[in-house]
Amino acid sequence: MSAFEFLLQGLATAADPMMLLYALVGVTLGTAVGVLPGIGPALTVALLLPVTYRLDPAGSLIMFAGIYYGGMYGGSTTSILLNTPGESASIITALEGNKMARKGRGGPALATAAIGSFIAGLIATLLLAFLAPTIVKVALVFGAREYFALMVLAFVTVSAAFGDSALRGLTSLFLGLALACVGIDQLTGQARLSFGVPELLDGIEVTTMAVAMFAVGEALFIAGQRVQVDEEVTAVRGSIWMSRKDWARSWKPWLRGTFIGFPIGAMPAGGAEIGTFLSYAAEKKLTRHPEEFGHGAIEGVAGPEAANNASAAGTLVPLLTLGLPTSATAAIMLAGFQQFGLQPGPLLFATNPTLVWGLIASLLIANAMLLVLNLPMIGLWVKLLKVPKPWLYAGILLFATLGTIGANPSSFELGLLLAFGVLGYLMRLFGYPIAPIVVGLILGPMAEQQLRRALSISQGDWLYLIQSPIAATLLAIAALALIVPLILRARGKGEMLSQLAAEED
Amino acid sequence: MSVSRHEPPRRRDTAALIVAAGLVVIGAVLLWDSSRLADLGGYSGVGPASVPRVVGVALIGLAIWTAVEAMRGDFPLRAPQNIPPVLWIVAGLAAQLILLNVAGFSIATGLLFAFTARAFGKRNLAMTIPIGIAVSFVVWTIFSQLLMLHLPAGPLEHLVFPRG
Repeated sequence: MSAFEFLLQGLATAADPMMLLYALVGVTLGTAVGVLPGIGPALTVALLLPVTYRLDPAGSLIMFAGIYYGGMYGGSTTSILLNTPGESASIITALEGNKMARKGRGGPALATAAIGSFIAGLIATLLLAFLAPTIVKVALVFGAREYFALMVLAFVTVSAAFGDSALRGLTSLFLGLALACVGIDQLTGQARLSFGVPELLDGIEVTTMAVAMFAVGEALFIAGQRVQVDEEVTAVRGSIWMSRKDWARSWKPWLRGTFIGFPIGAMPAGGAEIGTFLSYAAEKKLTRHPEEFGHGAIEGVAGPEAANNASAAGTLVPLLTLGLPTSATAAIMLAGFQQFGLQPGPLLFATNPTLVWGLIASLLIANAMLLVLNLPMIGLWVKLLKVPKPWLYAGILLFATLGTIGANPSSFELGLLLAFGVLGYLMRLFGYPIAPIVVGLILGPMAEQQLRRALSISQGDWLYLIQSPIAATLLAIAALALIVPLILRARGKGEMLSQLAAEED
Repeated sequence: MSVSRHEPPRRRDTAALIVAAGLVVIGAVLLWDSSRLADLGGYSGVGPASVPRVVGVALIGLAIWTAVEAMRGDFPLRAPQNIPPVLWIVAGLAAQLILLNVAGFSIATGLLFAFTARAFGKRNLAMTIPIGIAVSFVVWTIFSQLLMLHLPAGPLEHLVFPRG
């Protein structure tokens, strides 16, 4: 069957009334949580994971898809109306979008972000659908060494290539890898780093760690600030509809943003931010109204917002076809798959095509629902933006602990949540990035297994790892991604890299 | 941090040195733990102890690098922290952890809720604790009765839903 037929079949799965309901609940919850100030898509997905625990796999993943896209949408609303980006990928949107809102053009800013996200999500999801079978075909010939090389590349790009310090990125990554060693060794069954504590034999739950890092760590960090700033919500005045001129100025940036964002998300190269920066730079160069940039240019909202969503769909390419999460959000989604014993990757396309294609199709449906849902309900989202901080964070911690308790109602698990929360606080305080530790924890065991498998095949010959052209190329790129930024930083050109920092996703 | 370059040379960063020491400890624990594993590498030559060993050595290496940066004062400046609110949240989480299986989800989480709100400026615990317990109870009802999640029940939950 061709990708097109699979997609149609997927649409049939996703159009089941129950599935539609799951998708609707997912996008609504995702937007509602994503819109809350200071909550990015990674935390949105982590907080809402428990809602899906008791559903069947298909329903749960479809709701998840809705939550993911909804969280992305919600973030853009926050940055336009509050100037506090809930996620690092929305920084650029805040730059021009908030200026537009202050000038009374908040409506068109929200509209161009919503429609741009819709178009980008539509094109990118279709690209995902048509690319996936090809990549799966390539991935089927991948052996252990190619997977190992891919994972090394993901480690390097997530930790060391961007951000303001390779030292802190790598430290965060290796802490994650150290935590990944805890538990029973997959190949020999020996207990590692469990210190006789039976709860540790199963290893450390990725969701507990992610929720602790993002929710508890962030709450502690915000509480610890001496100066508490209460951001003012800019009211939406005038029409929310875009004028003919707004449309004319928006459609090209939407398309350009999509085609900039998608490949960047699809490469194992970290978060969505990079695409938004590049799109912003492109729009600034191509615009006929350069004087408006920095004062609320609509192109500066349309392009980056499209790039943001396209790259969010792009991250699903390596996640679904290779089982490789390249952002913290994707790492948590992978944990969502694993709770049903599902391992994303080329095999899943063969063993459970209904599920995979249902998921891809439901992304299209979620995307359409968001467009319908988002603009008319803007008044409700604005109300959510005004939730006072004490209730906001009390609620965040309530749901953060609810997720952990729901998965495993033990004091030990809550103790881990507290300990990792404090670790997350300290890491924020000292400027360590959070994404590498989460990706290290989830990818560590997979990378170890592939490495050991590869070396078993070669009977301990390490050169085997670089004797396949694909693996050698991937490892060479990883080495470059590690070394080149180090040289750039040593020459004092690090500022550019730290601007591209992948903070939350 | 470009600002710091204009200041007189920064002194060594004691807190960052403590971070480096912590990394050494974690690295050492990994090495110690892997040393007592039977290394069944088989013919791959790589056994269960190999990866922890590499990670342990890497962490110690990163600790040395951290120490060098700390001595040169290269770490980013940290904003002074307001410690009491942080402790309130930690206390809330600890209270929930201790009370969860004794007093049930709603009471334990209600305390967490109230302590967190206090950390962010709602100081009146006599008001926030009942609010917290009420909110947590609603959440408990939705998740345990509708979504079938196993959340520990206590006296309050048993009072309203005698069958749990």
